[in-house]
Amino acid sequence: FRRGLPVLSLLLWLCAVYFVGIYLFVGGFLLVRLEVNRTSTCGDVLHPGEEPGDFCRAQPRFRRAVVLIIDALKIDFARFDPSNTAPRPYENKLPVLEENVSSKPLQSRLYPFRADPPTTTMQRIKGFTTGSLPTFVDVGNNFASSAILEDNLIHQFGQMGKRVVFMGDDTWESLFPKKFYRSLPFPSFNVKDLHTVDNGILQHLYTTMVGDDWDILVAHFLGVDHCGHRYGPDHPAMADKLTQMDGVIRSVIDRLQNDTLLVVMGDHGMTDTGDHGGESQKETDAALFLYSPSPIFQAPLSQNEPDVVPQTDLVPTLALLLGTPIPYSSVGQVLLPLFSPHQQTEGAVGGLSQLEALWINAKQVNRFLETYSSMAKDIPPESLSQLKEEFARLSAEYFTSVKEGRSPSPHLASSLQAYLTSVRDTCRATWARFNPLKMAAGLAILASACLMCFVMSELSLLLLRENASGLKAPVAVALTVGVCAGAAQLLTRGYIEAAWCLAACAFGSEIPFFWRACRLKTPAVSKNGAKPLKLSRWLTPRHLLVPPLVVPLLRCASLLSDSYVIAEGRVVTFLVLSLVLYIPIHLNWNDLLLPQSLDPLKSAGLLPSPILSPSTVRKESNTLLACFGVLIGIMYLSLSFHGCREEQGFCQPSPFLSPLSRLQDSQVKNLYYILSVISLGICTYLLRHCLCHYGNLNSSSGTVFTAHWILPLLSVCLALHWAVSATPEDSFRKLAELIRMAQLALPRAAFCLLGLGLGLIWLDPVTVFVKSRTSASSRSSALPLPRYRASTGISPQAELRHLIPQIYQRMRRSLDPGELSGGTEADNRPTVEAYGLGTVYSAPVLLFCGMLGIGLLLLHPEGMALSFLLLLLEMGALLHIHASSTTLSGMHGAQSGDFNVPWTTVVVWSLAVTQFFHATGHLPTFPSIQWGAAFVGFPDGHTGTILPALLVTLNTFASHILFAVSCPLLLFWPLVRGSRSGEEGEDAVMEMRLRENPQQFSSALLQLSTRYLFILGAQVFSSVCAAAILRRHLMVWKVFAPKLMFEALGFLVSSTSLLIGVTLVLRVDMAVGRWFKRLIPDASR
Amino acid sequence: MWDHEIRAMASAHAVIAASVFVATVAPAVFVPGFSVYGAHLLWICSVSGAVTAVSVAVFWLLGVSPPTKKHTLGYKLSRLFRSCLYVLLSCLFFHAVVVLYGAPLIESALETFSLAVLLTCLTTLRCLCVLGPNVQAWIRVFSRHGAMSVWDTCLQITVACTLVGAWVGAFPIPLDWDRPWQVWPVSCSLGAMIGYLTGLVAAPAWIHYHRKQLTYKCK
Ligand SMILES: [Zn+2]
Ligand SMILES: [Zn+2]
Repeated sequence: FRRGLPVLSLLLWLCAVYFVGIYLFVGGFLLVRLEVNRTSTCGDVLHPGEEPGDFCRAQPRFRRAVVLIIDALKIDFARFDPSNTAPRPYENKLPVLEENVSSKPLQSRLYPFRADPPTTTMQRIKGFTTGSLPTFVDVGNNFASSAILEDNLIHQFGQMGKRVVFMGDDTWESLFPKKFYRSLPFPSFNVKDLHTVDNGILQHLYTTMVGDDWDILVAHFLGVDHCGHRYGPDHPAMADKLTQMDGVIRSVIDRLQNDTLLVVMGDHGMTDTGDHGGESQKETDAALFLYSPSPIFQAPLSQNEPDVVPQTDLVPTLALLLGTPIPYSSVGQVLLPLFSPHQQTEGAVGGLSQLEALWINAKQVNRFLETYSSMAKDIPPESLSQLKEEFARLSAEYFTSVKEGRSPSPHLASSLQAYLTSVRDTCRATWARFNPLKMAAGLAILASACLMCFVMSELSLLLLRENASGLKAPVAVALTVGVCAGAAQLLTRGYIEAAWCLAACAFGSEIPFFWRACRLKTPAVSKNGAKPLKLSRWLTPRHLLVPPLVVPLLRCASLLSDSYVIAEGRVVTFLVLSLVLYIPIHLNWNDLLLPQSLDPLKSAGLLPSPILSPSTVRKESNTLLACFGVLIGIMYLSLSFHGCREEQGFCQPSPFLSPLSRLQDSQVKNLYYILSVISLGICTYLLRHCLCHYGNLNSSSGTVFTAHWILPLLSVCLALHWAVSATPEDSFRKLAELIRMAQLALPRAAFCLLGLGLGLIWLDPVTVFVKSRTSASSRSSALPLPRYRASTGISPQAELRHLIPQIYQRMRRSLDPGELSGGTEADNRPTVEAYGLGTVYSAPVLLFCGMLGIGLLLLHPEGMALSFLLLLLEMGALLHIHASSTTLSGMHGAQSGDFNVPWTTVVVWSLAVTQFFHATGHLPTFPSIQWGAAFVGFPDGHTGTILPALLVTLNTFASHILFAVSCPLLLFWPLVRGSRSGEEGEDAVMEMRLRENPQQFSSALLQLSTRYLFILGAQVFSSVCAAAILRRHLMVWKVFAPKLMFEALGFLVSSTSLLIGVTLVLRVDMAVGRWFKRLIPDASR
Repeated sequence: MWDHEIRAMASAHAVIAASVFVATVAPAVFVPGFSVYGAHLLWICSVSGAVTAVSVAVFWLLGVSPPTKKHTLGYKLSRLFRSCLYVLLSCLFFHAVVVLYGAPLIESALETFSLAVLLTCLTTLRCLCVLGPNVQAWIRVFSRHGAMSVWDTCLQITVACTLVGAWVGAFPIPLDWDRPWQVWPVSCSLGAMIGYLTGLVAAPAWIHYHRKQLTYKCK
């Protein structure tokens, strides 16, 4: 294990650096907020004050309200400048607002209305109904549906018995299901469609307004926003759209009654290109127009007229004007100009006075702050305590002024306002702002981690050879730098943020590595000139335009485009196919695919004579082409298991994705069940056959026990479980109890079997069967013995080629040099036959993967068994192609002594992960997560959250896990397969060659893992880049941010699985070493 | 060194390119409302036909094709028959490959097949003209040392350019730009054609600039 430790620690360190990068970026990009699931009611007692009914104390100022939301109504669109003689298409198109503001100053106002980022429609609707600052991830929100669970205005209106009529953007319908008295949603998905929603609203708006069965009317127009996305603001279509809106507002104003408030607002602005989502002022500044047929404003130009109205402020204002409680989580403050400045007599129509409104508002915000800070700790404690003190001071002041009966000073009102503003600013700083510094640091760390992976994979041998002391320097530097960063933070800011310390550690640890790598390069070149590492020579188009480099580049580039992310499944399949096609073409280009003997050039002596015999070449190339055909077929079939994103309009999800219990037709159900069971059977059979074929099933170790008993038992369990869960509940009334039992017990038994099997493999991985032969024939070694004995009687499967007597001899020689010098060869003639020694490494890994695969299949819908079979076959085909091409291209371990896995193979392997992510019915979107996995074996639900989260993660990232764990097989397979072609005795050592070159073995293992990590890391990096660059793209919260989260989580799972795989290999290596040690004393006796 | 052959190649390519141009423009005269996107299948037909006819004629006139061993009518007929068979098989092969790469299986089979026909005319036909109906030789040509004449090198370049062009042509299809040339298989066939034309230009140029390095064994 000493040998494996550097490999493992280097990999761990790499992964840690990646994780820190991802953590930093995500911390700056995805803002997380806890949802407070409490609601306000009229009877709430707001401290201090103690009298209930604060919210509903006064007569409401308005009975009804019309809220017209014009999506993306930027403030620039709403302003009117009469001096502008040559207006642009978006300027001066809404004169109705200016006309009203100037002609009826007591009835109307126009304000800039500032939204908080993310400025996307859904987050904004959440924002101006809850009064809070929604982030991308509102914890507590269930991902499966997007309904708002937090307290909100619509809920409050419903509580107060107001009839809310909604028309327009159908996002509302999904956010507030069943909350409306009447609802007329129109599809909002097609951005190119400018008119459907608007015309739909206009058909019903006026008739509804004239009628009397509504109290709150919400109409959400989408035309302006879609026009911006399609043409940009500076386009004649925008002029038409805004003019249409002008007409709409005019008609609505004409139909208003005295008790009705009109609110015209934009949910966000837009950039000059018509996009939104980010935090620039062009995106955040929308328009807010308030109008009432009767005067509400006290003076044409009030003293405390705000310059800009934050979007959160609409919620408390509307709530108090309409006489409903302010939603619990609102952090807005009331718009003072809408309230009368002086105390009014009880029961007057005027409603609350300014100070009363502010006081209620402040108490409500204080209550929310207290509740939130008891739930979550993300608000900095010192600002929290400051706010508390401020509120205590203000309430004391308020009570003294009320007691003394004097009119409160204007100073108190402005202090209350200042308090509310500082609460909102604190919350905003915590929730609603990207942290560009963290994002940049995360990007930098990820980029350097990728570079480190690349350097490590190129220098793996040198690193392992010259670096016996391991990671002492990086760890020391990292700790020093981390502590320094912490101390610096403590000195400058007074508190420590762990993220920055981690970042400093990650950066710090990289410095010594790169420094050493730079120094390492120089001797590397001088030692063997054949390996030039000069960058300039690498940057020629001939080196850069090779498919193994172009395909990952294309893959990374494809993550930057929303269309490609949406079509990811097909795109990845296309790329994998292209790269696989490159393998035979490349071999043919190098004259390696066809036997050389046909070539007349060979006789001319122009080419070096081939290493392999023509028959071998023919056999290998036939294998390669056959596997290639199989692979292509599999990839084509795998396309039929894809799910569908909502963006893919005419797509039909695969029929295999729905669980059997949902199928109605029993004939089809039976067919699917049989298909699934057959594929499961084939999977199991193939695994066992492969082990058996290489003679690994003869011994009596734990692994063999697993293969013999646990694997079939697991499959049977699975098949029974499918059968039970597919039976319709009402068909066997009498057996209902039994079925329920089975639904609980079968999957749990399968989990136990899986755990047992994996544990046994881990504990006892050596699958070698030893047969000692002390026959006379071996004594009389003067005769040249037949090197191999057919092993009659022991196992028919263990064939000739798997007996490896030489191994033992070699090992002995290498272990006991003293004996060799004196003793004669004759006495040390092999007396031991070892079955399955040639595949001693790959057998446990293979079985481990197979068991894991069947276990993961348990978490999937039944139909996915076919897909898992395809996955297994694709793995096999890829391994065979890799082995054959390695043999054909003469990169045989025996010749060169190194076991490099070429980039092409690693790239295909890592792209296949994404391919099968899609082909097992997954998609990088939250609605497509297969939640059913959480209830496998737990049909009655869970109490905790860790177990279901684990099960869903295992289900989602099944292909990541399988491909990562089986990654070391790429290293072994050429050796396993390669021995077949070389019939000479020396070649029959198979994987024992790895043991003979321990240095090369660990370096190849390190290289393989770092290459794999590099490709995965590059994908994470590019999806992180996509999220950072396109953070104000229309699709950022729909496509890029979920993609980033899936990619990051996938990387996490992949790297962990890879570490498990590598550790398993090292564990086997250790066990084999112990096995040899045990063997030698036995034999020498 | 092979100035004569390079010149012949350049002029042959010029003729083929001109025929492509004519085949693109000419249908507009006869068919009202013809455009490359709008009547794409017609365009593919006319271009394929033109390339086929002109290539066969040019290569026959130049005498590039491998010398036939026997001159009996029966042998020639069987060669012709085999050539036709290979063309058909190659169409099916390309169709299968394109479907495997993700083209719809049933919906637009005609479009897919017309793309396969175009690819056959641009690649397989040239192989037939230069190497004769001999698959072994075709496979052999596409290796580092496989080219045995300037024409073989030229074949390598044009075929590679055409196929890469068709491959690159698939990239714009998933984008949501809603352009007429994104419709299947317009971008792929345009890509293949552009690749082919590039190959026609690039092959003589490349051979001209590398004529010092090129050495061929006699056939
Ligand atoms: Zn919007
Ligand atoms: Zn929009």
